[in-house]
Amino acid sequence: MAAEHVILEMRSITKEFPGVKALSDVSLTVLAGEIHAICGENGAGKSTLMKVLSGVYPYGSYSGDIIFQGAEMRFKDIRSSEAAGIAIIHQELALIPELSITENIFLGNEPTKWGAIDWIGAKRTAYELLARVGLRDDPDTQVKNIGVGKQQLVEIAKALNKSVKVLILDEPTAALNEADSQHLLDLIRGLKGKGISSIMISHKLNEIEQIADSITIIRDGRAIETLDIAADGVNEDRIIRGMVGRSLEGRFPDRTPQIGEVFFEVRDWTVQHPQVSERMVVKGSTLTVRTGEIVGIAGLMGAGRTELAMSIFGRSYGNFISGRIFKDGKEIVLRNVGEAIEHGLAYVSEDRKALGLNLLDDIKRSVVSAKLSKISAGPVVNDAKEYSIAEEYRKNLRIKTPNVEMGVSKLSGGNQQKVVLAKWMFTDPDILILDEPTRGIDVGAKYEIYGIIQALAAQGKGVILISSELPELLGLADRIYTIFEGAITDCIDGADADPETLMKSMTSAKKKVRSI
Amino acid sequence: MSGNTTTTEKRKSIFGSNIRQFGILFSLIAIIALFQILTGGLTLSPGNLINLVSQYSYILILAIGMVMVIIAGHIDLSVGSVAAFAGIVVATSMSQWNFPWPLALLFGLLVGAAIGAWQGFWVAYIGVPAFIVTLAGMLIFRGGNQFFGNANTVPVPEGFTVIGAGYLPEVGPTTGYNNLTLLLGFAIAIAIAVREWRARQVQKTMHSDSSPLWASLVKIGLLDAVVIYATFLFAGGRVGTSFPVSGIILGVLVLFYSFVTRNTILGRHIYAVGGNKLAAELSGVNSRRVDFLVMMNMSILSALAGMIFVARAGASGPQDGLSWELDAIAAVFIGGAAVSGGIGTVIGSIVGGLVMAVLNNGLQLLGVGSDLVQIIKGMVLLAAVGVDVWNKSQGRPSIIGLLTRKRKVTDPSTPPPVVRPDAGASETSRPADLPSN
Repeated sequence: MAAEHVILEMRSITKEFPGVKALSDVSLTVLAGEIHAICGENGAGKSTLMKVLSGVYPYGSYSGDIIFQGAEMRFKDIRSSEAAGIAIIHQELALIPELSITENIFLGNEPTKWGAIDWIGAKRTAYELLARVGLRDDPDTQVKNIGVGKQQLVEIAKALNKSVKVLILDEPTAALNEADSQHLLDLIRGLKGKGISSIMISHKLNEIEQIADSITIIRDGRAIETLDIAADGVNEDRIIRGMVGRSLEGRFPDRTPQIGEVFFEVRDWTVQHPQVSERMVVKGSTLTVRTGEIVGIAGLMGAGRTELAMSIFGRSYGNFISGRIFKDGKEIVLRNVGEAIEHGLAYVSEDRKALGLNLLDDIKRSVVSAKLSKISAGPVVNDAKEYSIAEEYRKNLRIKTPNVEMGVSKLSGGNQQKVVLAKWMFTDPDILILDEPTRGIDVGAKYEIYGIIQALAAQGKGVILISSELPELLGLADRIYTIFEGAITDCIDGADADPETLMKSMTSAKKKVRSI
Repeated sequence: MSGNTTTTEKRKSIFGSNIRQFGILFSLIAIIALFQILTGGLTLSPGNLINLVSQYSYILILAIGMVMVIIAGHIDLSVGSVAAFAGIVVATSMSQWNFPWPLALLFGLLVGAAIGAWQGFWVAYIGVPAFIVTLAGMLIFRGGNQFFGNANTVPVPEGFTVIGAGYLPEVGPTTGYNNLTLLLGFAIAIAIAVREWRARQVQKTMHSDSSPLWASLVKIGLLDAVVIYATFLFAGGRVGTSFPVSGIILGVLVLFYSFVTRNTILGRHIYAVGGNKLAAELSGVNSRRVDFLVMMNMSILSALAGMIFVARAGASGPQDGLSWELDAIAAVFIGGAAVSGGIGTVIGSIVGGLVMAVLNNGLQLLGVGSDLVQIIKGMVLLAAVGVDVWNKSQGRPSIIGLLTRKRKVTDPSTPPPVVRPDAGASETSRPADLPSN
């Protein structure tokens, strides 16, 4: 390595949110002119660490020190970290679609001449910056008219304009196709030659292997290890082992599966992105569910898990392209959520606050909200029935609340999730799709929710469990599908599955679907 | 402190579930009391009270529809113009096409329904924001009124004026009071008692702690005292006047729409769509249908309000219904609805509307000019909602919001957490991979 000196050091960073320790005692050292990858499962704390570094979480909201170019830094916001020379490029791009490339590059940083914006100078600089990132578009083009890959480059040009020393890229290639990804990786490598360090968060292990100089693995808010790619002979398997290594014992209630015949099948399911018509978020996926079975779906962020689930649930995501659904041997067509509920499907969304609950409602109204007709005489809702049903679920699911008239916004995450589960159990579904049912929930409540999921399967219902936590899938699922870039890549029996094989199928497009 | 708690407890047991709604009612009572003193007893005189009801009933009818629109997360600026348009069409139908007045009334409602379907179509199925659709409607139907009537005034026949200027007739023995008004008042008093008794029965079957018997009795006593007092005021007016027919129409509508919003599936769906549209849709609610229905319903009620106004004035003119939308919207927000939707009640809006009405009326009685009346009304609206918003931002519970939301037991000391996508929420509680749409 050319310059073997440390440019950035994060020392014992600890960051707590109410009830959760997101980072504990994490240290990170980045050398000048290196590409440093950060790996970890979803929710391991990678993004939190980068938000601490870039000042999104200001000094004082975490403990530990940030040493940058030999001096201690106390960033109070993104502007102050950018002024020091650290720029973050988020996964969701922060460009304004209606403005031109030039206007975006200089947004918040406009060059002025006698009090007016010097657009001629700005455009000249924009040309130079675009040349540096290898973009040949007219700087007057509106950003909405260029593709995501090019937008990514504009973001980098914007960072370069601020004479950046350390560039943080959060999943930079997640939304890009093969060619755009390669171009971006080449660019990052080129910047390295010019002495700019990059910190790159990525789930694509092959890219990391290809481009990174060193890698820090984060698991459960702790930095597990830092490896030198060349010196330690790191390969994908080695990274995966670091990411998932932890024990599973005692975290799941005991269960004896009673699995029947296949009764639900999704065949050749293809769905288009709601805005980007050339992008298929789900590609020809086929899956089956047997009665009493818990079927897991494993996939990394953006792999198309939620898109698959929501599109099955009455086409509530994306544009339906093709595919058929069979239930109890008959084909069913679910054009909207109402029809999906009628046919015995239920979907517990991954984001209970935005999609699962009306936070203005109380518990009893929430519990019955997905099938009001069940407690109504004609158009009139029976309040007494509503109350007694909500009480029943409160007792059975042990929702911790003084009474069912409590507003759901006042419940803890775990209890809110129980309300959402109650809401869908109340619809008497045959197929429950659970999307990240334990996200943001403490360990005790997780155990209880695992118990509920197992009890539902024991009633002969089919459960489709989507989870980012591999141990959860391994502990609960009877069979696990892996999904990568919208396509199902493998189907592994729960008993045979282990984190390494799953992670492999989650990160590569090798098709080897076994049927049952 | 202990004295304080016991009074709170007592108040709670008397008013039970609706304790918070009574808060805004108390401010109404305070305003009435204030004007009663300032005007030297004029405010609560029979004549003024009768006048108040017939003068503001159409605004209150609009407030009923408006609160449903606002709960669903929309707004309707066209109500005044729609009322004026329906008014001129109905007046013309009687004076030129010789429609008998009951038929004309029905025809007016149909005109309202058609206009509502038109506006609802744009809002629900094309997706144009209601603000724009109804701003357009405001222009279209104001112009429509003047085009249709050639900017002239069109009189309506005697029979039709009953719905706006009619009173309960004098029947039965001479008692010095209007007998039908007395009967109506006593019926309401009995209904209040029966309703409270039935609510106690329901509480028992639901095994929740029913409030003590004395509390129910005090509650019935207080409410019935107010009702009977009002009954004698309304019944004791100048001979030939009594409780206005438009007030009866209003009362029936309040009962009906309170029931719809609180006790029916459609009502639940309106709150669900306004509270969290995405969650509602993922629960199988057809949000477009809900949007369409609330917009259509609003225009039907606008047409009714327009007809009542025309009946009261005896003619339909080009300036009818001017800035009614603002009064109706103000009533709804004073009554505790949230701009962002999902919160509000019919009763709250009626009380909010009455606050505006009493204010207007009292200031007029005091001889305050319309310039100052408008300034004061504007300040009251701003203050009422401003205090509410300020309370929320201080982390304290929203007074008006709580006043009008039906919650039996809530702990006001712990406000709901403010949910911001990226501030303070734990890393894991946030969606990491929401579909990027």
